[in-house]
Amino acid sequence: MDKAERDTYPKAKRPDGPLRLVFRDGLATVASAFLVAIVLCAIFGPMLIGDLATKPNFRARNLAPFDLSMGPAYFLGADTLGRSLVARLVMGARNTLGIAAGAVVCSLFLGGALGLVAGYSRGVLGTIILRLADVIMSFPSLLLALIVLYSLGPSILTLVLVLAITRVPIYLRTMRAEVLEVRERMFVGAATALGASHTRIVFRHIAPAVIPTLLTIGAIDFATVVLAESSLSFLGLGIQSPQFTWGSMVATGRGYLSTAWWVAFWPGLMILLTTLSLNILSSWWRTYSDPHQRWRLELPRRLKKRIMK
Amino acid sequence: MFNYVFSRSTQSMGAILLLLVLVFFLARLTGDPAYLYLPLDSTAAQREAFNELNGFDDPIYVQFFRYLGDVVRLDFGEALSRNRPAMEVALEAFPETLKLAIIAMTLAIFGAAVVGSLAAARPDGVFDRLATTVSLAGASAPDFWVAIVSILVFAVALGLLPTSGTGTPLHWIMPIGVLMLRPFGLLTQVVRGSMLGVLSQPFIKTARAKGVARKRVIFVHALRNALLPVITVAGDLTASLVNGAVVIETIFGWPGIGKLMIDAIVRRDFALIQSTVLITAIAIFAMNIIIDLIYAAIDPRIRHQQT
Repeated sequence: MDKAERDTYPKAKRPDGPLRLVFRDGLATVASAFLVAIVLCAIFGPMLIGDLATKPNFRARNLAPFDLSMGPAYFLGADTLGRSLVARLVMGARNTLGIAAGAVVCSLFLGGALGLVAGYSRGVLGTIILRLADVIMSFPSLLLALIVLYSLGPSILTLVLVLAITRVPIYLRTMRAEVLEVRERMFVGAATALGASHTRIVFRHIAPAVIPTLLTIGAIDFATVVLAESSLSFLGLGIQSPQFTWGSMVATGRGYLSTAWWVAFWPGLMILLTTLSLNILSSWWRTYSDPHQRWRLELPRRLKKRIMK
Repeated sequence: MFNYVFSRSTQSMGAILLLLVLVFFLARLTGDPAYLYLPLDSTAAQREAFNELNGFDDPIYVQFFRYLGDVVRLDFGEALSRNRPAMEVALEAFPETLKLAIIAMTLAIFGAAVVGSLAAARPDGVFDRLATTVSLAGASAPDFWVAIVSILVFAVALGLLPTSGTGTPLHWIMPIGVLMLRPFGLLTQVVRGSMLGVLSQPFIKTARAKGVARKRVIFVHALRNALLPVITVAGDLTASLVNGAVVIETIFGWPGIGKLMIDAIVRRDFALIQSTVLITAIAIFAMNIIIDLIYAAIDPRIRHQQT
């Protein structure tokens, strides 16, 4: 092959990976940038301005937002005790995201393990687990959580557990369905024929094949858990003071709506933006992982314009 | 069909029984109701007398079997916080929530069907981008915050709508608007997704080739086929609609079952907690069965499986 010929046939390009494709979609780029920023704030923010979140400052009482006279930390205003809302939002981010992450991880493990059992064992145990999941699914999760939280006493640990339990059925059902399908495949049969034990088959052969699906669901479910935690904290049965999350900040601000609307407004907006970004990314991921729809993302921009006309 | 309804009902009965057991024991873990209903300076003897009067001094399993026996005779106990039969109080509040939920859900389904289909008609067009973003925002907005902000804007700043309570038609606007937000957002996504699938099928091309008008293709040919997943998701949403109702009834002071339940939990009104949970559970299970039947009525493939 001489040089001229090589030039006429351009080298076949490998299809773009998900990371490059995200940056082609404006909305998805903004969403991921926002999420990265929020996570960085939640990790490093408390070290920088954490003490402003709890220190009352009577000169800044009910300071309106966009008033720079007290310095940039009071950019979004201050609450009735003059605590900087920016600092409180950062601290709230740590609690909100931390609790939600804990709950997602817990329900992932619990639901995954139970789903493995329900899918792999053909006995009564599987049926019982499924029926239990049905009961939890069909009853409003918020009410169940309220009753459990009120009886066990609200604390961060019970909050995480309660949130996890209400989300377990989703992982359990997916895991079970996947396991039912995977266990019929050839390599599982081969492992059985070679004399592998049940534990080995479940953990070494089946689990690795189904865990990616579970992780995707966990990422999509994160937004729902953030919303559930916020609702519980808003109703006063979630996190207890002096700890706070965005949800409980809205509840505190509710009393000052007519005098200082910003105390309730900003934390709610943060919840909205966070869950919205998560949902934008998960809807993007749904398009990306669907082979019939993926071309919409991979199409170069100039071609896209022509097709749309 | 009767066989199907019968077997589903017995299954649901089992689930409801399980739920009642769970709620019965969990509610009693919250603590001693005597501390809440008697004055702070009450003596131990007074508290004991109170508990004996209400039967809280028996071992918990005795209480439970007594409760089960009463339920069989349709006696659901006395609501301590209101001095009235618990079931009567719960049944009074239930229609209020039902009205709210039905109106919100109907509006959400119709709105989602129209917006979702129009969005799918031109994927990636201006309307689609707008509809997708708005519906995603609706699905991700914390309802309590939207309620508070709309009170701030429409009631406090503009003075157009009342802040809370019931009475005039104006009182309905904000609770329904906030309650339908999440179902509307989620359903629009579902309609759009399933419409995209249906619109790329050959029979749509045939219809277009025959010269059927574009509107008719979308709303008659495609939408009918795209509605099946919508019904499933709408069914799953009924339970989460109650979640929303709890929050919204608390904020707007709506005398529904969600607010009643929160009051009952906070006041350790055991009989009332059990009655409200029972009513909600029965309503949700009935709803699930109705949705399955609708599903069967629409899709002949499922009808044949069931019978």
